Amino acid sequence: MGFLDKEFNDGNIVVATAEDLLNWARLSSLWQVSFGLACCAIEMMATSASHYDFDRFGVIPRPSPRQADIIIISGTVTLKMATRIKRLYEQMPEPKYIISMGSCANCGGPYWEHGYHVLKGVDRVIPVDVYVPGCPPRPEALLEGLLKLQEKIRNESMIKKTA
Amino acid sequence: MKKAEEIFQLLKDNFPASSLELKTDQPTEPILLASALEIDKLCLFLRDSSELLFDDLMNLSGVDEPKSGLLSVYYHLGSTKFKHKITLKVSTDRNKPEVSSVTEVWKASDWHEREAYDLLGIIFLNHPDLRRILMPYDWDAGYPLRKDYENPEFYQGMKVPY
Repeated sequence: MGFLDKEFNDGNIVVATAEDLLNWARLSSLWQVSFGLACCAIEMMATSASHYDFDRFGVIPRPSPRQADIIIISGTVTLKMATRIKRLYEQMPEPKYIISMGSCANCGGPYWEHGYHVLKGVDRVIPVDVYVPGCPPRPEALLEGLLKLQEKIRNESMIKKTA
Repeated sequence: MKKAEEIFQLLKDNFPASSLELKTDQPTEPILLASALEIDKLCLFLRDSSELLFDDLMNLSGVDEPKSGLLSVYYHLGSTKFKHKITLKVSTDRNKPEVSSVTEVWKASDWHEREAYDLLGIIFLNHPDLRRILMPYDWDAGYPLRKDYENPEFYQGMKVPY
């Protein structure tokens, strides 16, 4: 990126491409839909709390999908919930990103064979950007997932949406 | 505090026409077998009789027994006053599973019976609101906890199997 290179040498002038600036702004304030599903949501809440402090990456929970940038699918997606998740996702404004957190959201997890009520991976209804493995993943793993997402956004192009 | 045998005797004295049986050869507590269409009357007596006062329906669950062609319902009752307990069991035909509802006796049985209906397809007669409780309302693939249940290939366009 490097658009802050000359900040300290040349007064208040910052040189950047519009793309870099927009990407930087986007990845630095990823507001998440405050939405949790199962035990992964407990870890997600722990990540938001003071010890792990999601807020230092600009992640704040928003109670409305219309004001959110990412949705973290934190837990088992039942068939009944899948239709609701799809609706939440459709209500979010572009650009929007999805982190699939934990084995259940990734692929059905322990319910893969006998879970008659479980969707075997949330990517069957909405497009996932980052998969975080674990059952449930530790807050460090979710933070790593967020950093991966930020990396992805940093390399995005205005002309072509890669996510 | 009454033993299962005493409770059984009391029921037999008050319901001489009913078919009742006490199974004691159990690794667990004795089980009182009753008839599916009379269970509401028995339960009302168990709740209101001054010697029994079963005011607490601790659990109500359905069980599929395909080998004997039956669907059964277990009732675990307790008395907060006398501290005694009893387990009741009723069985019904798997092809026409009908059991009298005990919602008039214990309000707590409402959702328990809906669950047994949702997952096993047991019809509770005179239930005030017998709808699915856990599965989606438009689930038309049957009752998931029956032993011969087969999961559908798709639900609302979503692939269900792994």
